[in-house]
Amino acid sequence: MTAAPDHRPTFADVSLGERLDKAMPFLLIPILVVLGFFAIGAPSSWLTLTVSGLAMGMMIFIMASGLTLVFGLMDVINFGHGAFVSVGAFVGVSVLIALGDWTGATSLLLNMSAVFLAVVAAMTVTGALGWVFERVIVKPVYGAHLKQILVTVGGLIVIEQLIHVIWGPDEIFINRPEMLKGAITFAGAAMEKYRLLAVGIGAVLFIAMRMILRRTKIGLIVRAGVENGPMVEALGYRLRVVFVGVFIAGSALAGLGGVMWGLYQEVITAGMGERMMVLVFIVAIIGGLGSVEGAFIGALLVGLLQNYVAFLEPKLALVSNIALMTAILMWRPQGMLPVVKAK
Amino acid sequence: MIVRLISGDTPRSPILTALLLLILICLAGAPFLFEGVRALDTAARICIFILLVAGYDLLLGYTGIVSFAHTMFFGMGAYGVALASTHMGRGFDALLVGTVLGALAAIVLALLIGLFSLRVRAIFFAMITLAVASAVAVLVSQFSDITGGEDGLTYKIPRVLTSANRMGEVMGVKFTGKILNYYLIFFSSLALFLLLLRIVNSPFGRVLQAIRENDFRAEAIGYRVVWYRTAATCLSAATAALAGSLFAIWLRYVGPDTTLSFEIMLDILLMVVIGGMGTMYGAVLGAVLFVLAQTYLQNLMGAASHATEGLPLISELVDPDRWLMWLGILFILSVYFFPTGIVGRLRRQGTT
Repeated sequence: MTAAPDHRPTFADVSLGERLDKAMPFLLIPILVVLGFFAIGAPSSWLTLTVSGLAMGMMIFIMASGLTLVFGLMDVINFGHGAFVSVGAFVGVSVLIALGDWTGATSLLLNMSAVFLAVVAAMTVTGALGWVFERVIVKPVYGAHLKQILVTVGGLIVIEQLIHVIWGPDEIFINRPEMLKGAITFAGAAMEKYRLLAVGIGAVLFIAMRMILRRTKIGLIVRAGVENGPMVEALGYRLRVVFVGVFIAGSALAGLGGVMWGLYQEVITAGMGERMMVLVFIVAIIGGLGSVEGAFIGALLVGLLQNYVAFLEPKLALVSNIALMTAILMWRPQGMLPVVKAK
Repeated sequence: MIVRLISGDTPRSPILTALLLLILICLAGAPFLFEGVRALDTAARICIFILLVAGYDLLLGYTGIVSFAHTMFFGMGAYGVALASTHMGRGFDALLVGTVLGALAAIVLALLIGLFSLRVRAIFFAMITLAVASAVAVLVSQFSDITGGEDGLTYKIPRVLTSANRMGEVMGVKFTGKILNYYLIFFSSLALFLLLLRIVNSPFGRVLQAIRENDFRAEAIGYRVVWYRTAATCLSAATAALAGSLFAIWLRYVGPDTTLSFEIMLDILLMVVIGGMGTMYGAVLGAVLFVLAQTYLQNLMGAASHATEGLPLISELVDPDRWLMWLGILFILSVYFFPTGIVGRLRRQGTT
């Protein structure tokens, strides 16, 4: 038996620059908020815009989280993800319309239970649809990116057209439940109640997701699977089953995002998911494909920037996101928090 | 001579050869063989779409990258001609300037997108092109004082190319400027198509196919994969812009719906996949079949919907507005079961 080699622990001298570089993605949000404050000038409008930016960011994050995890786990890129957003919105809004008495009443309890039921219905339907989608559309083309993109785009078209068949070709207008209408005023800034609720739901979901990924065994398997799939399988876990579960959960979350977005816009169309996909992709790319935290930061950045720019120069709102993406890809070509794959 | 003209890339199947010849003859003689404005319009559309789809196949079929920005480049060419014709007045110089500037702008933008996204991961390219293309579409509809917004632009093209220019009768058909315009489009498309055929059968084209098969190995042999992919993107963008210019010259109108919409992008994808990825002839067959179906199948579906009016769900499903759904299903099925498309099928039949 040979002696253990000499062990000389060294403490790396991490300079301030390196520390900053590591923390930079997390610092971007406060920096953007402060910059927004100076660019806008009026504190009350700034507060209103910040809240609506956060609300929008949270909703985009809810839609993007599933997509990015699915990619991280199985290298599957799902261009049909937007279809779940649309389906979720249509199912949820149908439930809300059916529960018209509840949403019209001035009771917070009845209002919230109607929204809750709508969300449950939407998530159930999109989750089930996600399962079918995975079996029928995605499964035969594992490992072939080109075919995945083509086939999932085909799936997106078919589902969108089916929405037209079931709900008719017209857009549907929807009123928010009675108690979620209007705004509360705080320090001279009007903040819509619904946006505050959206921020709350988004924050709770993010924390819950982080807890599941960091503290539970299933989260451990998912994270390990993202990093090194074959190794996890070698240890005896059936990654396929985990993957299908993540796919279903991601689809259900897209459905939830669809309901929330529909209530936010107060109008839903079959093409809404397709349009949201643009933002979802931007978020997934700048966050780093496969990274939930990255998607969270990216979504908040996109939401805040879009609202600030829409206030300052309305025509440049969507272009600002492309500019953000370009800037971040120049700074970090793999996205802000890239997933390190052990290969 | 003919083999040289098509760069030695023979169809390699008797049926395919016959089909291609038939298409060539029909398109070359379209003004004399078919009657009516609609038939000529369909023929012109087929020529333009063959060029557009062939350019896309260079990217998707030969290089193996998916782009959603092909209609954006198509639109840049079309808006180039439209803007030049609006501001410079009618004239061939306006058409030329618009075409060249549109193509240049498309190449520059393709270069930028390519360098940004292909440098990292080829899969980013699909997502980034989707984002950029939708941003451009929004911009075009927002800056309505320049682009005409949702209404688009209507402008005049040289009088020689319109039906007001009568040049006597040829073979019992009134030979008007419209027919001259058609031949301008036909010969431009044919020339550019042969050029594309030349490109894919050159050493450069072979490298692209090597990258499609295994980019890692291609890099290891010593080819700069990023460079080749970006070059293919630029070439494909340039052909799309030229096709767009031709389309603008033919229609005398550009608008977001006819040049930039996501639906045209889907149409192009379908044409490439159904015709056959990775062969230029697939683009020809795909475009011909698709444009014909688009023009005439919707009537048929309307009739079917009318006939099944009593059955609630079925009449909804065969409604002419739902034809995109059937195309989507056809698209998925063809990716699964005929990844090589019609051309691949015909060729395999020829060899066994």
